[in-house]
Amino acid sequence: MSDHPKIELQGVSKSFGSNHVLRDVSFSVEPGESMTIIGGSGCGKSVMLKCILGLMDVDAGKIFVDGEEITGMKAADHDRVRAKFGMLFQGGALFDSLPIWRNITFALTQGRHKRSSDMRATALENLERVGLGKEVLDLRPSELSGGMQKRVALARAIAPRPEIIFFDEPTTGLDPIRTDVINKLIVELVKDLGITALTITHDMGSVEKISDRVAMLFEGRIIWSGPVSELRHSGDVHVDQFVQGRAEGPIS
Amino acid sequence: MSETGILGSLVAIFAAIGKPVVGGFASVGRVTLFALQTIQRALTPPWYPLRLLEQLFQIGWNSLPVVALTAVFTGAALAQQIYTGGSRFNAQSTVPAIVVIAMVRELGPVLVGLMVAGRVSSAMAAEIGTMRVTEQIDAMVTLRTDPYRYLIAPRLFASVIALPILVCIANVIGIFGGYLLSIHKLGFNPSSYLEMTNSILEGDDIMMSLVKAAVFGFFIALSGCYAGLQTKGGAAGVGRATTNAVVGAFVLILLSNLVITLTAFG
Repeated sequence: MSDHPKIELQGVSKSFGSNHVLRDVSFSVEPGESMTIIGGSGCGKSVMLKCILGLMDVDAGKIFVDGEEITGMKAADHDRVRAKFGMLFQGGALFDSLPIWRNITFALTQGRHKRSSDMRATALENLERVGLGKEVLDLRPSELSGGMQKRVALARAIAPRPEIIFFDEPTTGLDPIRTDVINKLIVELVKDLGITALTITHDMGSVEKISDRVAMLFEGRIIWSGPVSELRHSGDVHVDQFVQGRAEGPIS
Repeated sequence: MSETGILGSLVAIFAAIGKPVVGGFASVGRVTLFALQTIQRALTPPWYPLRLLEQLFQIGWNSLPVVALTAVFTGAALAQQIYTGGSRFNAQSTVPAIVVIAMVRELGPVLVGLMVAGRVSSAMAAEIGTMRVTEQIDAMVTLRTDPYRYLIAPRLFASVIALPILVCIANVIGIFGGYLLSIHKLGFNPSSYLEMTNSILEGDDIMMSLVKAAVFGFFIALSGCYAGLQTKGGAAGVGRATTNAVVGAFVLILLSNLVITLTAFG
């Protein structure tokens, strides 16, 4: 299994009516690698993640995880593959009807109320990993600030010890200091836990801190990919415009 | 030129009629598929008994005040109407009989169904809809928990269990409302009123009441959950989902009420 990429997309296309969100997208992520997809708002980054997670079906193309094709997989098999994934949603997507510790252990109990004391300990262990303490265990998500919610969501994503973790705009809406905290956490988690990471973002600061490799998605296509060190001299006008954040250029 | 003009407008007319018809059939199909999918998944574990209890409490216990109020006022008003209407052809004595039949067969289930739909379908659509637009449903799937089993099935089953119980309570309270008014205002004899109520009521009436209640309960949760899961587009979307859920539940309740009544007496 180890000679396969962790995640591989081959010619994936997805459209909603006449809106072609993904057109023939192909790339792969190696085990233990931190890959980042950049691109403007609404360029199909989130849709791509949802396709890999199996939350949406692709129209064409294939997606492989550990060399196993997941497109067109049966629900039961898909569930088994999903056990490898963790996901940090853009808005946190914490369950607001449950206390923090039940949120963090949700994947372990699959929503059932069992082994409470074990689960509280597990929740605390994961909270500490993201720099929070036991004082938040019994709070509700709505009682936390945005940055804390994001950290709890990160704790929830890593609690089942996934092999692959997806970060959907992990730093959007956070102040520069919180942004750096989250960036550092992502780097630590990827290193410490040996997780393969796939991040989508348009925050250039975090791209350079967290990624090994970067690809740029534009109008549903991957127009450039390479190591993060080459990002600033890619030779592609679209990438240059995006990286430098200029209003003038081929991307309007 | 004119031929294509006529043809064009003909096509336009057919399109105008056809689109909503096809759309209507498509949504009936989608809702049916949704219902079957939920039932199929609910039959296999994992089950969530705590979620079921929580929903029974929400749907059943919390609806009691509004159901009791509706029933007692309707029962009393019904008795007065029958008395006044019946007096036109000397049939005042039919008050207990008609109150019990109307309440148990028709008004109990329909009124409870509509009241609970207003309370519960809307709440379900708003809660599930908010979870949908804040990606909590997607998060649940990535945390390997099936939203159909965790969110939908408990609501569907709780509603199907709670409605017959609520309707039984509403029937008793409604008959009691009619009884109170008849005794205190219309001058009926208490023991003969109760005796008449008792002798008129048949097992079939109660059966029909319970069947209707269970069917309405199913539609209440189905409409609420379906509208919730279909929610798109933020707060406005949640608002639309809530409206759709209540309107959908009302239509399904009133339509199925007619179908069940006609089937039973057809």
